[in-house]
Amino acid sequence: MTLWILIGVLAVTTALIKAAGPVLVGGRALPERATKVIALLPPVLLAALVVTSTFTEGQRLHLDASTAGVAVAGVLIWLRKPLLLSVLTAVAVTAALRALS
Amino acid sequence: MSDSFRRGLRAGVPFSLVAFLLAMSFGVLAIQAGFSPVQAIVMSAVVHAGSAQFAATAIVAGGGGLVPGVLAGTLMNARFLAMGIAVAPSLPDGPVVRALQGQTVVDPSWALANRGDGSFDRHLLMGATVPQYVGWLSGTVVGAFAGDVVGETDRFGLDAIFPTFFLALLAAELREPRSRAVALAGAVIALALVPFTPPGIPVLVAGVAALVGLTR
Repeated sequence: MTLWILIGVLAVTTALIKAAGPVLVGGRALPERATKVIALLPPVLLAALVVTSTFTEGQRLHLDASTAGVAVAGVLIWLRKPLLLSVLTAVAVTAALRALS
Repeated sequence: MSDSFRRGLRAGVPFSLVAFLLAMSFGVLAIQAGFSPVQAIVMSAVVHAGSAQFAATAIVAGGGGLVPGVLAGTLMNARFLAMGIAVAPSLPDGPVVRALQGQTVVDPSWALANRGDGSFDRHLLMGATVPQYVGWLSGTVVGAFAGDVVGETDRFGLDAIFPTFFLALLAAELREPRSRAVALAGAVIALALVPFTPPGIPVLVAGVAALVGLTR
């Protein structure tokens, strides 16, 4: 039962968070300065997601095999290799390092 | 069907394959955390937010309880507040339609739909989310029913998928020096906050780095 409540509440909060911006700010043009800020949000938020998902575990900073896997994939991404290849390489390197340790 | 919706569908396909893999590992974890297969699948169907689902499930698995689980999941979604505000000016319809269109914001679609000038292609956004939703749901189904057989997922290195996924999205955003500088600032802010705030908050707060846009 607890799990159903968790699922239901999380579905509602997710929908509300996703609706908030479009409902409150949408439907009109914003001043040019605001548009310039918005244009910079993608690199900022994605960079923050990359480092927090690579270098942290909960509230701790930490490095492990997956950090190495992501680093190798980073080289492939930089060389403009396909996404799926990069992802599978990250997975393979991480799994191989864990098998060896 | 508009042209950019169709382009979105196509652009979303590679991400849907990755979403499939991620969702598979979510399905396995959810079963191990005590979810029934139906619960895991329904969660993916109605929440459709990977990082939130992982965060909430991990807390439940660790015996953390309902309220911390919901909080952790919700905080992981905090970034969608910033992403929603960013797409808002590109959604011209009424508030109800805008609220529904806002539901299609997931990280890859949002990044793909970004035109780089502060505006977003809303048809491309919605198109790109369709294959990813299919991948996310079907991956969860496979993971939820294979869960008992698989065992420890970390062994397979599946936890490397998320960061790689975001790294690929980021790479496309770094063409200009200014973007690179603010990306670096955002990364530093986020990492600096990690020890002091609950997971999810550092990414939202890192968004303040974009205020540099006010300067010119």
